[in-house]
Amino acid sequence: MNRVVITGQGTINALGMNVAETLDAMSNGTCGIGPLEFDNVDRLNIKIGGQIKGYAAQDHFNRSEISLYDPFTQFAVIAAQEAITQSGLNFSEEKLADSTGVVLGTAGGGLQTQDQNYRAVYEAGKNRVHPFVVPRLMNNAAASHISMIHGLRGPGFTVASACASSNHAMGQAYHMIRSGMTQVMVTGGSESMLCFGGIKAWEGLRVMSPDGCRPFCGTRNGMVQGEGAAVFVFEEYSHAKTRGANILAEVIGFAMTSDADDIVTPNKRGAASAISRALRDADVSADDVGYINAHGTATTVNDRTECAAIRVALGAAADKVMVSSTKAMHGHLIGGTGGVELLAVIAAIKDGMIAPTINHRTHDPDCDLDVVPNTARQAKVKVAISNAFAFGGLNAVLALKKP
Amino acid sequence: MSVTDKIIAIVAEQAFLEPKDVKPAATLEELGIDSMALVECIFAIEETFDVQVPFNANDPDTQQFDISTIQTIVLAVEGLIAAQKT
Repeated sequence: MNRVVITGQGTINALGMNVAETLDAMSNGTCGIGPLEFDNVDRLNIKIGGQIKGYAAQDHFNRSEISLYDPFTQFAVIAAQEAITQSGLNFSEEKLADSTGVVLGTAGGGLQTQDQNYRAVYEAGKNRVHPFVVPRLMNNAAASHISMIHGLRGPGFTVASACASSNHAMGQAYHMIRSGMTQVMVTGGSESMLCFGGIKAWEGLRVMSPDGCRPFCGTRNGMVQGEGAAVFVFEEYSHAKTRGANILAEVIGFAMTSDADDIVTPNKRGAASAISRALRDADVSADDVGYINAHGTATTVNDRTECAAIRVALGAAADKVMVSSTKAMHGHLIGGTGGVELLAVIAAIKDGMIAPTINHRTHDPDCDLDVVPNTARQAKVKVAISNAFAFGGLNAVLALKKP
Repeated sequence: MSVTDKIIAIVAEQAFLEPKDVKPAATLEELGIDSMALVECIFAIEETFDVQVPFNANDPDTQQFDISTIQTIVLAVEGLIAAQKT
């Protein structure tokens, strides 16, 4: 089996317009969540989110691109450009382009395009919509545009597993290179649900916090949404080594499980099983794991269940592992969240920067782990994992180490 | 239909029971209302009475809206209706 390394990373999210800004914000425990700004926000009960402020599409794209790119595609394209530039790969080589694919995760796809056009036909009573509504809203639009822009002709598709979409996507990319199907994969996820219809739907479920995201905290009262994308270049190890690439981290294991239980309530067994299997796949022991980027949504039940699952999977090693949820800073990017969270995992492996769980006020006995409260730490980490546990009971865990 | 009768009808439908089997002193747990059925009940109450129910599934025990029994729900809804009229 081939080894798989990461040679490029890119992002845009509430914490920053690129990786450097995002990691700087994470290491300072900056909160990117604030008042939402869009039409009809006054009709929402939930008025906060991790919105990318100061972003204007026309600063990045021309008019014909904007007519084809929903914001979720714009974010993915921006993140992919940063990642590919960092990797230094040149896809004008025919053989490499044929052996490079794009697998992205998203849950809502072009939700803003749907929202706007439903308004046009139902609310404004218009009988005509823009000709590109369909290619703009389709969930694979981001993956397809990245493939077109960079001339990547290998496998391309989009994975949808709600809040685990990014991790499932990166797992597919990892498997493809590991098996020898491809040499390079551009992978990660993107989401842009911060619009009236997007938040109104979530409000209905009664799991959103009106005042902030406080994972593992005794005062937590729900999740807060974010938006953005993070995209990575996964590359076969010897290919990266031969060309002298700057290797950021190695992907060493991946596992996915299904709770087969409830459509929204998470299940300890399914989550624990995904963690255990990822460690087995990576051929490492629980003691090797120094950092876990938790799913940590700040709902009462997720955080309690996740902490219990970590105890089941890691046993006594759970007492010394650092566990943080960066969602308190960037919000829950739903299908894109695993992407942005992998940035924190890579920073832990590569630089020993352990991103904190900010907004932590009081201890919750149900979340009795080292949750790295409020302040980032410097620590050597051998192996780190990233948890994603989605609505629908679909779990996906990635394991990384220093190459 | 009184507020009590309407709420009993809403809860009965979610609990797959006949309204006559839903007594005002019953707790939602006794009636077999799980977390999903609960948010559907809250939604139906909001639609029926045109009120906004202050309910967050993350801390159902610590809110202004007391959901312990049918009777407490009726009182809370009557309070919301009254508050809306003032």
